[in-house]
Amino acid sequence: MSTPVSVFLVDDHALFRAGVRAELAGLADDRIVVVGEAGTVGEAVVRITAERPAVVLLDVHMPDGGGRAVLQQVHARYPEAVFLALSVSDAAEDVINVIRAGARGYVTKTISATELADAVVRVAGGDAVFSPRLAGFVLDAFSDRPGAAPLVDPELDMLSPREREVLRLLARGYAYKEIASQLFISIKTVETHVSSVLRKTQMSNRYELSRWATDRRLV
Amino acid sequence: MVTSPAPTLLTPPTDPRVVGVDRHGDPIHRLVRPVAGRIVGGVAIGIAEHLRVRVLWVRLAFAVLALLSGVGVLAYAMLWIFVPQGVGTELTRPSATERRQGLGISAVGAALAVLGTTLGLGQSLGWIVGPLGLAAVGGAFIWREADDAQRQRWRRSAVGVVGERRSGLWRILGGTILVVGGLAVFALGQFDVGATGGALVAVALTLVGVAIIAVPWWIRLVRDLGAERRELVVQQERAEIAAHLHDSVLQTLALIQRQAAEPREVLRLARSQERELRSWLYGPAGYATVAGSDQVVGDATVAVALAAAAGEVEDTYAVKVTPVVVGDAAMGGGGSDMHALVAAAREAMINAAKHAGNPEISLYAEVEEDAVTVFVRDRGVGFDENTVGTDRRGLAESIRGRMDRHHGRATIRSTPGVGTEVELWMPIAVRIGPAPAQTPTVPDPIPVTPTPDPKQVSSR
Repeated sequence: MSTPVSVFLVDDHALFRAGVRAELAGLADDRIVVVGEAGTVGEAVVRITAERPAVVLLDVHMPDGGGRAVLQQVHARYPEAVFLALSVSDAAEDVINVIRAGARGYVTKTISATELADAVVRVAGGDAVFSPRLAGFVLDAFSDRPGAAPLVDPELDMLSPREREVLRLLARGYAYKEIASQLFISIKTVETHVSSVLRKTQMSNRYELSRWATDRRLV
Repeated sequence: MVTSPAPTLLTPPTDPRVVGVDRHGDPIHRLVRPVAGRIVGGVAIGIAEHLRVRVLWVRLAFAVLALLSGVGVLAYAMLWIFVPQGVGTELTRPSATERRQGLGISAVGAALAVLGTTLGLGQSLGWIVGPLGLAAVGGAFIWREADDAQRQRWRRSAVGVVGERRSGLWRILGGTILVVGGLAVFALGQFDVGATGGALVAVALTLVGVAIIAVPWWIRLVRDLGAERRELVVQQERAEIAAHLHDSVLQTLALIQRQAAEPREVLRLARSQERELRSWLYGPAGYATVAGSDQVVGDATVAVALAAAAGEVEDTYAVKVTPVVVGDAAMGGGGSDMHALVAAAREAMINAAKHAGNPEISLYAEVEEDAVTVFVRDRGVGFDENTVGTDRRGLAESIRGRMDRHHGRATIRSTPGVGTEVELWMPIAVRIGPAPAQTPTVPDPIPVTPTPDPKQVSSR
């Protein structure tokens, strides 16, 4: 076994940080080790740049700018950090915002500890993590609606049919292995498709994508 | 509009100080006069921050404008009056260099004004450098003091009572004397007091003096009142939401405590409460519905109906259903295809909840141009379809029959030990949009909590 993935927790609720810490420790999983935690944006930026963890579990909603502020400030000083957003909010705008700010994935706080550990290991390995809901959001954002603006960059602004299929299966709650066997492709190929979708979600200047998130802004 | 949409997407919309974004996506701040670092009234710094240029340029611009019969001075005074002071109680003094630089520029500006006048660009020379200049300095004192008084008030409301300040009193007094004296000397020098209309001039000048002295407080008062009123509205809204949430959350917590011995019941209560909170925060379908859905009467969309059905199954069978819905469509009238689809999906979820033996159920629906596809999936025990008894009418009648009658299709895939997936496909007749939406005659199984109107909330 190689060296464990170092994980850093950022959440303004101390109770929740303690909970995640205890759950991850309870797994006795030697793939990951929690190296630190922070409760505010400022503290998080300072400590992450000092501790240099591999993966940061990031709360989306925090005072002083939220997870996005942490992402941006850390990224300037420590670009190697990988962020996995972990939030109780399923608001589309929040989810798309952290993804577009650079997070490699998004999972909800109701996720089980085992799944969380898997997700951490996966993003540390360079993969993307899409919860069913995120997959649904992205599908929705890239869907062609009547009256949509013309595409600026077709390579970035459209999902390939295969990517769409993979996303659909993710939204239906399929695991990578199940998707691979359903589509008769290798798990590696599934990962490639998901990473490509993540890149498009982050980079696309698609008008729909922004309007989509704005339309769904409620709070 | 296609140019660069990402910035709008990335802007934190909740900050009331931000009025928009520039083309780089950085927030544009409302024009205010910051307290920190100001030299006279904070006007130059405020403009520099708003336009994102160096404050030095703004000060130089004011100085150069002063050359034109004192336009710069007038502009500064007007901005001081009409731009509100930035909220903030901390008072950072500008650095000595900056202070020297600022005062130097002011002096240069004044000199330029004089120069401009002597060169014949205006006739105000005698007034500016003379008694009216004194009056202007007095006015500046008073305005500055009014700024401080306003900050004091904020601070008082923030941390309690702060003692009276002697220096403020002196400043007002000095300012008043300068204003009154300056105007008086000006009047004596310019007009023949004994002549006709002399009294009128005196009255007019007195009014000007009173205005300079009293108007700062009056304007601030009006502005503060407006701010307080807005604050009050926001507080009331918040109180309403809090009242509703606290009520239902407290009730659920009480129920949970009473039934702590039954984990199943506790889970059920927690899930139902979570769902209610979510529908309050993010809309009935878990997130807000598609643009244009305002035209749809009530909650009559497929996404909402599916979410409601999922919630009902969650509540009844103590399972967890995760609905993900892409796109949306109108439900149409009672007995429509969409009602049949939702009913079939509900039946599929109930089947999964009853027989799968795994409390996690995924619900995925995709609304496309011409059809709606719904997947209900569990990772339970699965079954062999051929072995299902003929007495079990759920699958045959409630799902297959219902879909067939409405020109839809139901496909069931199940592997013993792995799980079951029910796929429902229904061609679409009514799309969201200009098409007139009908009110469903079939009542929603669960009363959906009303969501705050998106426009109302975002414009707050």
